[in-house]
Amino acid sequence: MRIPVSALIGITMTSVFVLSAVFAPWIAPYPIDAAVGGVWEGPSSRFWLGTDTIGRDILSRLIYGGSVTIFVALVSSLLSFSMGAFFGFLAATRGGWVDTGLSRLVDLMMAVPSLIVALVVLSVLPLNLTVLILVMGVLDSTRVFRLSRAVAVDIAVMDYVEAAKLRGERQGWIIFREILPNALTPLVAEFGLRFIFAVLFISTLSFLGLGIQPPLSDWGGMVRENKDGLVYGKAAAMMPALAIAVLAISVNLVADWILSRTSSLKGGRGG
Amino acid sequence: MSGELNHLLSLASAGKLSRREFVGRAGALGVSSALAGTMLSTAAFSDTPVKGGVLRAGVQGGQSTDSLDPALAASDVPFLINSTWGETLVDAGLKGQVEMRVAEEVSSNKDATQWMFKIRKGVEYHNGATLTADDVVATLKRHTDEKAQSGALGIVKGIKEMKAEGDMVTLTLEAANADLPFLMADYHLMIQPGGGMDNAAAGIGSGPYKITENEPGVRTAFEKHANYWDANRGFADQVEVLSINDNTARTAAIQAGQIHLMNRIDPKIVELLNGNTDVVIERAAGPGHYVFIMECTKAPFENNDLRMELKLAINRQEMVDKILGGMGSRGNDFPINAAYPLFDDSIPQREYDAAAAAAAYKKSGHDGSPILLQVAPGAFPGAVEAAQLFQASANAAGIPLQVKLEPDDGYWSNVWNVAPFCASYWGGRPVQDQMYSTAYLSTADWNDTKMIDPHFDQVLIAARGELDQTKRKAMYSELANIVRDTGGLICPMFNDWVEGRRKEVGGWVANPAGTLMDGKALSMCWLSA
Amino acid sequence: MHPLIKLVVQRLALGLILLLAVSVVIFLGVEMLPGDTAQAILGQSATPEALANMRESLGLNQPAVTRYLTWLGHALQGDLGVALTNKKDIAHAIGQRLGNTLFLAACAGMIAVPLAIGLGLTAARYAGRWPDKLISGITLATISLPEFVAAYFVIYLLTQVFPVFQPVSMVFPGMSFIERLHAVALPVIVLVMVVLAHMMRMTRAAILNVMQSAYIETAELKGLSPMQVIWRHALPNAVAPIISVVVINLAYLVVGVVVVEVVFSYNALGQYLVDHVAKRDLPVVQAVGIIFAAVYIGLNILADLIGVIANPRLRHPK
Repeated sequence: MRIPVSALIGITMTSVFVLSAVFAPWIAPYPIDAAVGGVWEGPSSRFWLGTDTIGRDILSRLIYGGSVTIFVALVSSLLSFSMGAFFGFLAATRGGWVDTGLSRLVDLMMAVPSLIVALVVLSVLPLNLTVLILVMGVLDSTRVFRLSRAVAVDIAVMDYVEAAKLRGERQGWIIFREILPNALTPLVAEFGLRFIFAVLFISTLSFLGLGIQPPLSDWGGMVRENKDGLVYGKAAAMMPALAIAVLAISVNLVADWILSRTSSLKGGRGG
Repeated sequence: MSGELNHLLSLASAGKLSRREFVGRAGALGVSSALAGTMLSTAAFSDTPVKGGVLRAGVQGGQSTDSLDPALAASDVPFLINSTWGETLVDAGLKGQVEMRVAEEVSSNKDATQWMFKIRKGVEYHNGATLTADDVVATLKRHTDEKAQSGALGIVKGIKEMKAEGDMVTLTLEAANADLPFLMADYHLMIQPGGGMDNAAAGIGSGPYKITENEPGVRTAFEKHANYWDANRGFADQVEVLSINDNTARTAAIQAGQIHLMNRIDPKIVELLNGNTDVVIERAAGPGHYVFIMECTKAPFENNDLRMELKLAINRQEMVDKILGGMGSRGNDFPINAAYPLFDDSIPQREYDAAAAAAAYKKSGHDGSPILLQVAPGAFPGAVEAAQLFQASANAAGIPLQVKLEPDDGYWSNVWNVAPFCASYWGGRPVQDQMYSTAYLSTADWNDTKMIDPHFDQVLIAARGELDQTKRKAMYSELANIVRDTGGLICPMFNDWVEGRRKEVGGWVANPAGTLMDGKALSMCWLSA
Repeated sequence: MHPLIKLVVQRLALGLILLLAVSVVIFLGVEMLPGDTAQAILGQSATPEALANMRESLGLNQPAVTRYLTWLGHALQGDLGVALTNKKDIAHAIGQRLGNTLFLAACAGMIAVPLAIGLGLTAARYAGRWPDKLISGITLATISLPEFVAAYFVIYLLTQVFPVFQPVSMVFPGMSFIERLHAVALPVIVLVMVVLAHMMRMTRAAILNVMQSAYIETAELKGLSPMQVIWRHALPNAVAPIISVVVINLAYLVVGVVVVEVVFSYNALGQYLVDHVAKRDLPVVQAVGIIFAAVYIGLNILADLIGVIANPRLRHPK
């Protein structure tokens, strides 16, 4: 198997991010909460990426913040995908009242402004990472549901699915062996984007005071903490924004590669 | 003297630079405004008002829920809007005196229990009616009614009787109060036709501008009130208040010339803005302060050693430098600073002292469990960052301080005045008595530190009626020391007003009492295109 | 009845029931939030007496069910009432702001949707080659910026470096159509940047997905040019996922742009909703919530409908 250069870059960058997040305490030059420098210092030999709005080392905060950013975004996207895709496929293959019930439930969840949902859930439930991940995963799964259902409805009327049904295959078999492989391309593409949205959503929650507890901060939250320096080119705001962009592009490069592999895998099947 | 300064001075003498501009630019070069003023006193030039044009202010602090009812005004946008269409009996003057507005004369009886206001003749409302003494009484009465939910309720509560006779308004107080005229300058107490009893949110008053369009939280447009009584206010033909809540957009708007005046420049970007010659930064050291408050009645804060240990464990200079970008001054754990008359500047400044804090911590016998400080981004600008600096300096002294982030949503109803230890802010008041009576009197509704001290209350009430200024100053000094050494207030910093104006705006006068020249920027500035 | 019409009628009826359900959910949600309107209005100045007085005058002392039913009764007669906080007429305020919301969404949508689909088709046509990589890279970079960062970026670029637009976008009565277009230019640019990548990538993925099918190979064998194949054969079969994502993004342009509204001080519904949620102003939250829900449900019906029409197998169920 030959891995293209772009995918290699994606895999390398993603691994660097994940590894530095895992080994944060050993590689970060400063503690996460120590105000070791002046306000908004530029990059220097002491502070490679400069300092933030109260003089903390940006590099150290990026390294520590990476763990929470990547972990929360990844787990909540996986959750939203497994839930959304499963129910979406189920609705498409079963049809009838299962479809109607699930679809309208999702409509209801999507129709209520997400600000209200987030505020209510997070002010009623205790605020910790598990709850945060669950809330984000469930909210996002509605979007995945709609997409999965839309894709699967098209597939479910294909002859090979009809044939499988006539053969008397079980529901699970049809979903996992017929629908999933044929719907994978759009879903993988969607996953890469949902992951970015999750990264950005955490920072929105932090802004509302509902997200990550200080002194830990996610990358989006770090951009926000330093946002007033942004248009003046302060490194403190640019660096975390850049980190998000690099992470986003890396993850999507990997997704693109998987995507091209699945399309070629699928060539012989289906239609 | 630097070459740049000489150049500025020559520009000013030639009339190419107004007095305010000169002071502002000299300030950017590190020259104090007093010194700059002296430099200019010899240079002859005029600073005469120019009439006409549309003057626009971009202001943070507006919401679509805002009302024009002056009783309900709380944030900067309604404050500026109301101060532009309305007028109070008097203003708080720049030199600690009262300045006459709707009233033209104030007098009192000997023991300051009865105050007489003579109402100016010929003051006309925007609807054509004439302002009368009856309107003044009706206005004050409305604010005493609990149903009006007035922010000035605490101020007017102490008035026992109000009477209008001809053009005289007589207020009889429950107890002596030497500061009563200052209280009448409160921005909630705009005089309204019929006291605003019919429609408090009509936005009709006697101010220099009348409202032509009002979309709450967006934009309020005004035109000149043709029959306004004071020729020294109201120079532009039209003025507008634009509600712009985002710092970056507001700053960009003044740079682009879309607005002429703005409030709340982030102190951290002042240095970055100095390169822009179109915008002048205006600073004024006011009475507003950012605070951390401990409730003295709740564990573990009922222990004064523990309170003292936290007061010693905060690095005030670091807060001023990093949270205020140097645009402010250190607090001293009582709510008064040099902006107030009768301030005692001999009280020693409390410093960060890790060793003393550690000793006090040991003495307090605290069990070592985390001391929780609750904070939200909106508690004050930079609150979360300030709390984290506090945590770091306290932890360095061995104190287990821990920050808990709370949502902005509902912070003022669920955390402030409920949680035992949280972040908050005070805008300050014109006189010491009002500040202490609002938040430190044992029985005050807003006694958010829950300091219960009968002796303190006694001295405070005695000081209120004391007409001998020397004695009064000593009494306020005692109050300050009580709060500083036994209270639940940790006051790390007083924040300056940091505001911007385009260089073509004339007539700016630094006023520490409130934002945007205490709300009069639109009424007193002009466009000298 | 034609099955399509039947489907539409069914979905519309279900939509109305959903709206009712949404109003209940929003009501319960706001009730569950800590604090009430009286507390929120009085804020720091809340004393027990003032609170009691205010609750009385706002009618907050009645049981929740009564308040909901009263609201519903009035709303069904078209009376949305006045805001609890500033007593302004809700229908009037919403009318203006809904217009502004739709204006912004329409401007952004009209640019973003064709552009995204065009770019997606181009990327699919040149899959794996440099145009594909360029388009993917740029759209990914724009989407991974938090919205306010993108907004600050265009403010910096287009009001400071090249001063062609104004950083504050508020619109008000008396402005001409051209003036309005000029005012919303920056938020439109930001919103296009934000929604472009999602729709573009889905278009590309969906096209590539069907490009593997046998009938595409047949078309290719017939000697059609790659663009003709994509346009005539691949696109119709890839419509469902594309529409699904387009609709999610259009809905987002209507209901989810509060950050952009705040940065540019654009007076539309998002900011209006957020202000009133903070004040627990139920009648306003209900009204705006219902409008947002209706937009969502309406667009979803449209998406499902287009999906059915586009797929012959769904159009004529066996």
